[in-house]
Amino acid sequence: MSTLGVFRKKPDDMGLLGKIGFYFILILGALVSVFPFYWMFVVASNDKGAVFHVPPLLTLGDQFIDNFKRVLEKSDFFQAIGNSLFVSSMVTISVVFFCTLAGYAFAKYEFPFKNILFYFVIATLFVPQQLGVLPTYVIMAKLHWIDSFKALIVPAMVNAFGIFWMRQYISTAVHTELIEAGRIDGGGHFRIFWNIAIPVITPAMATLGILNFMTVWNDFFWPLVVLKSREHYTIQIALQQLFTTRDGIDYGMIMSATFTATLPLLVVFLLFSRWVIAGLTSGAIKS
Amino acid sequence: MAQPVLISPHAESKRPFLTEQRRSRITAYTFISPFFILFSIFGLYPIFFTIYLSFFKWDAMGPMKYVGMKNYELITSDPTFWISFSNTLIMGVMGTVPQIMLALLIAVLLQSGMTRFKKTFRILFFMPNITSIVAVTLVFSTLFGNNGMINWMLNGLGLESMAFNSGWWGVKIAISTMVMWRWTGYNAIIFLSGLQSIPTDLYEAARIDGANRRQQFTFITLPLLKPFIVFVTLISTIGALQLFTEPYVFLGQSGTGSTRQEGVTMVTYLYSEAFRNGFFGTAAATAVMLFLVTIIFSVINMLVSSRMGGDTGGRKK
Repeated sequence: MSTLGVFRKKPDDMGLLGKIGFYFILILGALVSVFPFYWMFVVASNDKGAVFHVPPLLTLGDQFIDNFKRVLEKSDFFQAIGNSLFVSSMVTISVVFFCTLAGYAFAKYEFPFKNILFYFVIATLFVPQQLGVLPTYVIMAKLHWIDSFKALIVPAMVNAFGIFWMRQYISTAVHTELIEAGRIDGGGHFRIFWNIAIPVITPAMATLGILNFMTVWNDFFWPLVVLKSREHYTIQIALQQLFTTRDGIDYGMIMSATFTATLPLLVVFLLFSRWVIAGLTSGAIKS
Repeated sequence: MAQPVLISPHAESKRPFLTEQRRSRITAYTFISPFFILFSIFGLYPIFFTIYLSFFKWDAMGPMKYVGMKNYELITSDPTFWISFSNTLIMGVMGTVPQIMLALLIAVLLQSGMTRFKKTFRILFFMPNITSIVAVTLVFSTLFGNNGMINWMLNGLGLESMAFNSGWWGVKIAISTMVMWRWTGYNAIIFLSGLQSIPTDLYEAARIDGANRRQQFTFITLPLLKPFIVFVTLISTIGALQLFTEPYVFLGQSGTGSTRQEGVTMVTYLYSEAFRNGFFGTAAATAVMLFLVTIIFSVINMLVSSRMGGDTGGRKK
């Protein structure tokens, strides 16, 4: 018994030194993760020279408003925020609707080739979007959608991850008996989906919505390819444009813009962190 | 009395039942059709058309001219293409390998019974991943400036400053750091959920058999975590081959553009061929090459992982 006890204790008990090293790594890692956010605000709230101050300046200043005013002079910042809000909302509404619908079909219906089609959906997750960018651009040009929000919204209206995510959730959350009961009562397929399934799965839909909103908000490559005029820029393009200004880089200004554009996502993430983390890592966990 | 009433709709429903099944199938196909329609137009068709396009000379407006393998000859004789190829691989390795090992370490530490504030750590480690790549690049370009904080730290350690925004290795280190910062925590959380799926009695049994920490890690944790490691490696590899935004934004500041040799990647090469120079044919050839490289690396990933240990992981994929 006593030897057993020793064995049981020994591997976990690393002594004080081990414990300190253990927490040192974790805290260092957490600091590295968080510091850039703080640094963003340090640069954003100090004057121009602060960014390359030696030794580095680590205290907050009071120049944020002034820095941000220069953002408004140099770019249509709020226009870009508005554009991103519009595009992200449209895509998100559509993605949540169509992915829920498809996820519901994959979870609760029996039909020929169901598994093959579902594996196909999963497989498309591994195909990088960038590879098809040229023909997609050509399609957009043919449709005269270049430099319009349609080019951003339509291809993104439904995605494989959303279908996968909703299917996983619906298979456990919506009981088949409920659906059958609805059918016996003579409910149509869509009515059952809308009145019976939807109310049960709103948490998963909300998570998918948040995740999708963040993805579209952060997207850079495709908007860069299709958006041409300044008044259509999304926020990420607007930020990048601030950085390419040739006449000396004004980091205070850039960071005040970056901070303002990042803050909403940060707040949403901190409020819903559990859902967001579960959603973003689910691809790996359940596959 | 009630019986005949109950039976008759049942008996009658025999034929309608088939149409009900058919109707439910049609409904299901309708529900899943938006994805397949959109994917055919914006996912599948573009891939095949890219392959087709790579045999033509085209500026996206005028008539297409068939040139055979000419586009492939053009890009393979362009030194910038090969630099973009090797840059992509080098930064892929520099960004991915340390990232996965670090993520594994963090996950093991977080999983350990004695760690407190697990939830807080999870949130903090995950925060970088919600930031846009543009924002990450902008913040890190201040840290990696010539007089920036990283160089200040290097000097403090008695090392010389590095030219992170123009040096051959400097640029790669800076970009790989950005990739690592954004993804290490994400991967750690994935590994963490993998660790949590390992039954604790396995460790208990091993402890009773006298296995020490390292033995437990190599004989229990690693094999059972393999599917997760395979997944993370695959996703990171595919992501690393698509590297675009970090170098594009980071190198864009000087005005000379993203095709500077220190940081040009295959996707930046593709982008500038098509959307700067208007050479859609060579850009398509680049995309095909990138596609092949992606497939080759995914296959290598699968082969290596099925060789290693070979039991748990192979079944899942």
